[in-house]
This record gives sequence, structure tokens and C-alpha cells, in this order.
Amino acid sequence: MIRIQAEDFDVGAEMAAMNGDGDVGALASFVGLVRGGKGDEKIGAMTLEHYPGMTEKKLAQIEAEARTRWPLEDCLIIHRFGRLEPGERIVMVITASSHRQAALEACAFLIDWLKTSAPFWKLEERSGGEEWVEARASDDQAAEKWAANK
Amino acid sequence: MKLLYFAWLKQKIGIAEEDITLPDDVATLGALVTWLKSRGPGYEEALGDLAVVRFAVNQDFAGLDHPLSDSDEVALFPPVTGG
Repeated sequence: MIRIQAEDFDVGAEMAAMNGDGDVGALASFVGLVRGGKGDEKIGAMTLEHYPGMTEKKLAQIEAEARTRWPLEDCLIIHRFGRLEPGERIVMVITASSHRQAALEACAFLIDWLKTSAPFWKLEERSGGEEWVEARASDDQAAEKWAANK
Repeated sequence: MKLLYFAWLKQKIGIAEEDITLPDDVATLGALVTWLKSRGPGYEEALGDLAVVRFAVNQDFAGLDHPLSDSDEVALFPPVTGG
């Protein structure tokens, strides 16, 4: 399931809601937060912009891909947009499977692919002004690793 | 054709979206970019370095050789940073 929303979410409630049909033996999760940074890297807040429509489409494709690769009982991706302050939650991925390996691997796959194919952009508020976060080559490499392992 | 701009491309071009009539001689995404650059300094600056611009046609990532029709929705944006 995919949810794109401005509002926060309850990590515990979302985990508890992952039931599958009774054959779930493992839940894996990832929660991404706004990093405040230190010294010159400190940020006051971050505004996430996205492409409504394409965001839902890409996330649904990524979820479908994960479900073809691993035997998942359930899968949830929540991604927030709008202005968020340091410490606030940005994203959550939960995967449910019968066994831990599928849940852990699928969770790592999903979060790596979110970085490189979900149409979000981050504008940071710094002491010197606003700055767009640039995509990192290491994120591309992390996603490509999964393409190579297909 | 509906054109959408995001992040710093939106700031440089100065608008989030616009409706255009696709010129007859613009058949690909690459040709569209060339045509857009001729429309003003904001477009020229935003599209000056295509290494940092990504494209989507009808909400799927697309390359510069992708064919276009007037009913397409085309988006131009920087490399994405989700998660």
C-alpha cells in the first residue's frame, strides 16, 4: 500500500496494522527522519516537493517490483511532503513476510529505490539561505546494486 | 501539451506549469528542450546543463529521444531525492 501525505504517522500503529492473512512471521521497517546536521551543515527545516500523480505511480511500481522479487504478505510505503523540521519523520517502509530474510531484503530494496526513482525534491533552509539537496551518486549505486542482483 | 516544472527548474523558469501547442517540427523530447530554450532567458538558464535535468513523459521517466505528441504530459525536473 502507498500513502503520500503531508501529515505525520504513528510508527507503532502502522506496524501493528500489518497483519497479512495470518502467515506473517517477520516485519522489517525503515523510518527516515529530517537530519538536523551539525555546524555549517545545520538546517532549520526542509520542504519536500513532489509530482502528484507520478509519485503514486512510481511508488506503486516499486512496490509491485518488490512483491515479484520476495514473498511479501504485506507492504506499506508512507512518504510525506511539505515543510518538515529536524527530527520529523519523512518516510516509512514496512514489509511483512513469513521469514526475516525476505522482509529485510525487500525493505532495503524499497528504500534504495525510493531515493532514485520517487519524484521528490528537498529544499533545505540554512543560515545562508535556501538550498536544493542534490542527488548523490552513492544513492544511484545503491539502487543499481539491486538491478544487478535481479 | 501540458508542461510541468519542479524544484529549481520551476524557480528559474518562473512557473510551475503551462499549456503549449506542440510545434509541428518538434517530434522528440530533445527537440522540445531546444525549442523551450529559445523562449527566454529563464528557460535557457534552467536548461543550460542537461546533465542535471531529468524528464518524464506521461509520468514515466524518459530520455531525450522519446517521441512526443500534443496530448502528452511532459515534466522537467532535477534528479530526484526521495526517501
